[in-house]
Amino acid sequence: MNRVELAELAEAVTAQQQSCRMRLLVCCGTPCVAAGSQAVVAALRERLAALGHPADLELVGTGCQGPCSRGPLLTVLRPGQPEQVWQKCTPELAVSILEAELQQSAFPDTNLLPADWPFFRCQTRLVLANSGRIDPENLEQYIARGGYDGLAQVLHEMIPDQVCDSVVQSGLRGRGGGGYPTGLKWQLVRKSSGSRKFIVANGDEGDPGAYMDRSLMESDPHRILEGMAIAGYAIGAEQGYIYVRGEYPVAAQRLRKAIRDAERAGLLGSRVLDSSFSFRIDIRIGAGAFVCGEETALLASIMGRRGQPRIRPPYPAEAGLWGCPTLINNVETFGNIPAIFSIGPQAFNAIGNGKSRGTKVFALCGEVVNNGLIEVPMGIPLREIVFEIGGGLANGAAFKAAQTGGPSGGCIPAEKLDTPVDYENLQALGSIMGSGGLIVMGEQSCMVDVARFFMEFCLDESCGKCVPCRTGTVEIYRLLSRICNGSASQRDLQTLEQLCQMVKDTSLCGLGAAAPNPVLSTLRWFRAEYETHVNERRCPAGVCSMDELPLHLLGEQLLQRIAALRCDGEGY
Amino acid sequence: MPAITLTINNDLISARQGQTLLEVAREHGIEIPTLCHLDGLEAMGGCRLCLVELQGSSRPVPSCVTRAAEGMVVTTHSDKLVEYRKMLVELLLAERTHTCSICVQNNNCELQTLAAKLGIDHVRFDYLNQQLPMDASRERFALDHNRCVLCLRCVRVCDAVEGAHTWDVRGRGSTSRIVADLDRPWGTSTSCTDCGKCVQLCPTGALFKKGATVGEMRKERSFLNRILERRRLAAQGGTP
Amino acid sequence: MSRLRLATAWLGGCSGCHMSFLDLGEQLIEISDALELVYGPLVDAKEFPEEVDVALIEGAVANFENLELLQQIRNRSKLLISFGDCAITGNVTSLRNFFSVDDLLTAVYHAGPGSAPRSDEADQVLPELLPRVLPLHQVVEVDAYIPGCPPDPERIMAALSALLQGQTVQLSEEQRTFG
Repeated sequence: MNRVELAELAEAVTAQQQSCRMRLLVCCGTPCVAAGSQAVVAALRERLAALGHPADLELVGTGCQGPCSRGPLLTVLRPGQPEQVWQKCTPELAVSILEAELQQSAFPDTNLLPADWPFFRCQTRLVLANSGRIDPENLEQYIARGGYDGLAQVLHEMIPDQVCDSVVQSGLRGRGGGGYPTGLKWQLVRKSSGSRKFIVANGDEGDPGAYMDRSLMESDPHRILEGMAIAGYAIGAEQGYIYVRGEYPVAAQRLRKAIRDAERAGLLGSRVLDSSFSFRIDIRIGAGAFVCGEETALLASIMGRRGQPRIRPPYPAEAGLWGCPTLINNVETFGNIPAIFSIGPQAFNAIGNGKSRGTKVFALCGEVVNNGLIEVPMGIPLREIVFEIGGGLANGAAFKAAQTGGPSGGCIPAEKLDTPVDYENLQALGSIMGSGGLIVMGEQSCMVDVARFFMEFCLDESCGKCVPCRTGTVEIYRLLSRICNGSASQRDLQTLEQLCQMVKDTSLCGLGAAAPNPVLSTLRWFRAEYETHVNERRCPAGVCSMDELPLHLLGEQLLQRIAALRCDGEGY
Repeated sequence: MPAITLTINNDLISARQGQTLLEVAREHGIEIPTLCHLDGLEAMGGCRLCLVELQGSSRPVPSCVTRAAEGMVVTTHSDKLVEYRKMLVELLLAERTHTCSICVQNNNCELQTLAAKLGIDHVRFDYLNQQLPMDASRERFALDHNRCVLCLRCVRVCDAVEGAHTWDVRGRGSTSRIVADLDRPWGTSTSCTDCGKCVQLCPTGALFKKGATVGEMRKERSFLNRILERRRLAAQGGTP
Repeated sequence: MSRLRLATAWLGGCSGCHMSFLDLGEQLIEISDALELVYGPLVDAKEFPEEVDVALIEGAVANFENLELLQQIRNRSKLLISFGDCAITGNVTSLRNFFSVDDLLTAVYHAGPGSAPRSDEADQVLPELLPRVLPLHQVVEVDAYIPGCPPDPERIMAALSALLQGQTVQLSEEQRTFG
């Protein structure tokens, strides 16, 4: 396929879609599938079959549409009409909507989401532009939405340095959590000397409560491939790897199909789009270690070695896979690349706040009414995410804190709800942007217990290479457990703080260095809660069992008991 | 080799390009404690004891891998570093069962000496009391996981110097263990050459010679530099 | 000048630290003018006295009796010193922490040779065991540590000399090794 053919194909598919009187988009993202969306698809397919597959009615099983807690979701598109979305859609409801269209009668308004629902209204969807809009396994639908146009543009109109410059101009920063300027990284790898270079997409998402990367890989795999190909051209690499978490088989399977389809269409492989640029992508599957999301550990894993981080420098940009310069970005970062070239770096840079440009995808979960996957402009106030998009807390509970960045992040208390959500502002609060998990907590959550949960995660996921992370996390977990069971003393609290600081300062890689963050952050904003646990042996949220005594109290009690017995003349 | 000048603990010190901070410090009589590092083995940076403060760096850096550079300002023994080192060794003492009084390596142990040197007279953390097995299936040597500090000197020397790669690591986090030949009893290992290099380099009583009694195990490490020096000469075409 | 009131106690340990104390030999006579031994396995006092200046505690906290006594010692002593490795690290005494108390008692008193009374009866005779053997500083505040298994007489003398001169115990590098 060449550039002209690509444009023609896009036009043809778009024309076909516009000729449909009705397009039924059923969300087949994992949460909706769990809620029963496949039965909805089956019922609609059966009905369409009975009608003889009319050409002007199209059924599409899409990737994630967003409000996951409300699935199965059905979006209906009709030319010249505003789009309509039904939540908790049953097969019967879906069929009745189809029937209503056939009979030109009014659509049922059961479970119909309001037209200006804030969940959708407050979002800016660049990375997720195609998620929930296309069949992720259908290359043509991606092309119809402008897919691979960015790659074509780059290959035919720009030299590699210009591509890097465009990414610099866009202001894009790493979406995996680090926030390193993407364009700068590209330039570094471009300038690194080496006969071979590699592109690696990090899809080893592992934070509890985060599923942005999975959803993106499952919903719009070609977007990642296109982003990687553009990067390959920009830095001079001919080989890319996508490292997919082992727990994401659907993502891996869709990516695999996408790679095959793209290669057949001449969009990947030798002489991409009839240019002199060749680029191949292979998939590597992780084996279930969180630490492999750390870039040097991930590279070790791709090379077939034990997935452990190594000391940097040298950074992968100088010496990555097999010692060659390697560009490693998160899949969401690559997902931003086609958007930069479709709307232009300036337009991309116009979105955002301060040094954080563009949008960020969050997995909004916890005690909010609307759980789901959202994409918001950088700098949006946290309050808007929680109360507009999220619809506030379930059962009208009071907001207590929002946790971002998972086990490497921290929490944001109620008094900081108006903080703009971007890299710098979150860091100033002792949290991080992270990869995009956003967990909302109400009054029912005990912050010590939350910290303990994350610490348990970290001690389990530590690779064991360096002492502070390997053993420090275990000791921090023990101290937190003592606070939670009521046997901690003030000295334990001091030891906890010292130890957290030490582990943060001395760990080898980011996992260990960030592991104490949930503790330090909850200590910063909810210290009183820790003090109550220790001094009053009481859990304010009523979560912790508090069923053990501190040892000194146990000793004191015994002494008192003996003294009392002696007074009674019973002796010991 | 071009010379560079840097500041260590307020003293101007000259070094050769390519030297690590640890090498430079040791050359100038500044003692930085290490446990996983051993001259001649590839640096790993796991024990974190050799961390030093570097002006302009927000976190301490491991001196075993950080190259000296012109104008660096380094502090090797700030109060914070001294305290961190103490905590790190205390963590190691708490992690497994280092009961010195019944250890074959008693009085000849790097961990024991290090603890005393750092002023550790008690451990502030909970002892984890992991009960780990002992592998005495090899004829001449034995492995006691309870004494292991996971410095991986054995893994590195076996791979890079002996070339057998008998040892590796299984598991992760605090459940990590040294394993022979993809986790089989050491006695049934077919790759192990019985050379004993790992035993001699082990800083604690984790790897020891059978038949030695408590306090009798003395380790001899000079072979490492001897071998490496001869190899270097041989590589240059000289007679070893 | 009043003599320093010294107490010693023997918790979960082998008494080796006390033996080493006796190994001070003639030095004991030399320091006896400045020091009065008011409690311990070496003297005939039944109850831990009030107003003790220094308490040297051998052994780890292994059972409820140890716990009570230690608490009492802490309440009645100005300085409490962990004396020997068992008191500081748990040492050999804490090797039973690998097993649950039930398994341990069964193995030692029932499955092993001889017969012993079952739990309720046993509690009348044996102090109840703590789930885990603990070093002293995990139970009470400890003011100084004399490591060693046992600490040799030189270490003990170094510590006592410092105390007699009203100084804090600061052992040299060679004198603070475990084991």
